[in-house]
Amino acid sequence: MKYHKPKTFEEAAQIAAGSNGVTRFLAGGTDVLVQLRSDVVTPDDLIDIKGIDGTKAITKRGDGGWDLGVAVSGAEMMEHAELKRDWPGLVEGMDLIGSTQVQGRATLVGNLCNGSPAADSVPGMIAAGCTVSITGASGTRNVPVEEIPVGPGRTALTKGDVISAVHIPPRGARGGDAYLRFIPRTEMDIAVVGCAVNLRLDGDEISEARVVLGAVAPTVVLVEDAAKAIIGTALDDGALDALGATATAACNPIDDKRGTIEFRRDVAAVLAKRAAKIAYSRAKGGQQ
Amino acid sequence: MSKHHVSATVNGDPVEYLCDPRETLLDCLRDHLGVMGVKEGCGTGDCGACSVTVDGRLVCSCLVLGVEAEGAEIGTVEGMGTEGNLHVLQEKFIEHAALQCGICTPGILVAAEALLKKNPDPSETELRYWLAGNLCRCTGYDKIIRAVMDAAADMREAS
Repeated sequence: MKYHKPKTFEEAAQIAAGSNGVTRFLAGGTDVLVQLRSDVVTPDDLIDIKGIDGTKAITKRGDGGWDLGVAVSGAEMMEHAELKRDWPGLVEGMDLIGSTQVQGRATLVGNLCNGSPAADSVPGMIAAGCTVSITGASGTRNVPVEEIPVGPGRTALTKGDVISAVHIPPRGARGGDAYLRFIPRTEMDIAVVGCAVNLRLDGDEISEARVVLGAVAPTVVLVEDAAKAIIGTALDDGALDALGATATAACNPIDDKRGTIEFRRDVAAVLAKRAAKIAYSRAKGGQQ
Repeated sequence: MSKHHVSATVNGDPVEYLCDPRETLLDCLRDHLGVMGVKEGCGTGDCGACSVTVDGRLVCSCLVLGVEAEGAEIGTVEGMGTEGNLHVLQEKFIEHAALQCGICTPGILVAAEALLKKNPDPSETELRYWLAGNLCRCTGYDKIIRAVMDAAADMREAS
């Protein structure tokens, strides 16, 4: 295994493109080192991207949105009061991953590129409308997060592509987001079902919404029918029931030791309703 | 396989070592630098026995490569106290019998110290969540929690 520490993303992309073997990019390393240790993946070229300027930066843009460096850890996101105030659901989803020690290193982009359908930070990113910059051979392009996962452990990134930044939209007025997951204990587990909701209000009515489910399909899924079920409503009981039904309908889960298909379908509805209520309350200025 | 030369500090002392890029910081601390307070439990970031601080941030040293530590300030249990001059946390662990086999203890001490630096007055719930990544198969955790809460109270009084 050869260790590289490039100074730019262009250089990182070139090293990956020129490699004849297995390549991995290293930021937090909480997946890469586990795979290395258990002999699942031993890269020929390991490309540490933390020497590149800006990879540790959390920057508020002029439009009110945020740019996050790819090596920003979960702990650094949690400690950033203003980011957390703007996007509590997104930040809390990241915070649910692993222990304090893992939080000290784990990153949003690592969670995304690991490609798990149960990734806790990914539903919140998609619900928020985040995009990522991808640096590759033909330059840098901007891609919505929902286009990155294509199957369990697989992403749309091709050889020589490296994600070089995360972009979060401006929060704007009267918006709120939330992420909830079900696990059989209180901490340090993999989601059986996860759900993120991001919405905006016009008066008491929801004018925009995005509902995203995790761990109920081969990839994290953006459920447009679920958003339609609550747009134009004040999240009354009828809207909540419709939201639950569309969430259940969007599930294409597996049976495994963590949960059955039937259980996952049922819990998807419960979590969608609860997450929507929290997001709604936050959009109204509530602290929940 | 070419080895990498790494310069860092461990508990304030400058150190240098040569490592294979596949070696973890845990391997480097134990095998190249003789820092034996850092324990290997699982080797995959689940148990916390190898907890250290890197530039003040609590991490599992099994999930950091040795080569990544270039220029870093590393803190281990060896930096907390000496045999004749124990850290308050270490004294309280003895007083409350918060250890039995002792393998998890250095990691828990480092993790608890990192919390108390960040928050000198944690609630029991905050402490239990903070230490959720440090597994102990002997004590049942309660004695550990009591020892840390007691140490935190003493440290607040002393400051």
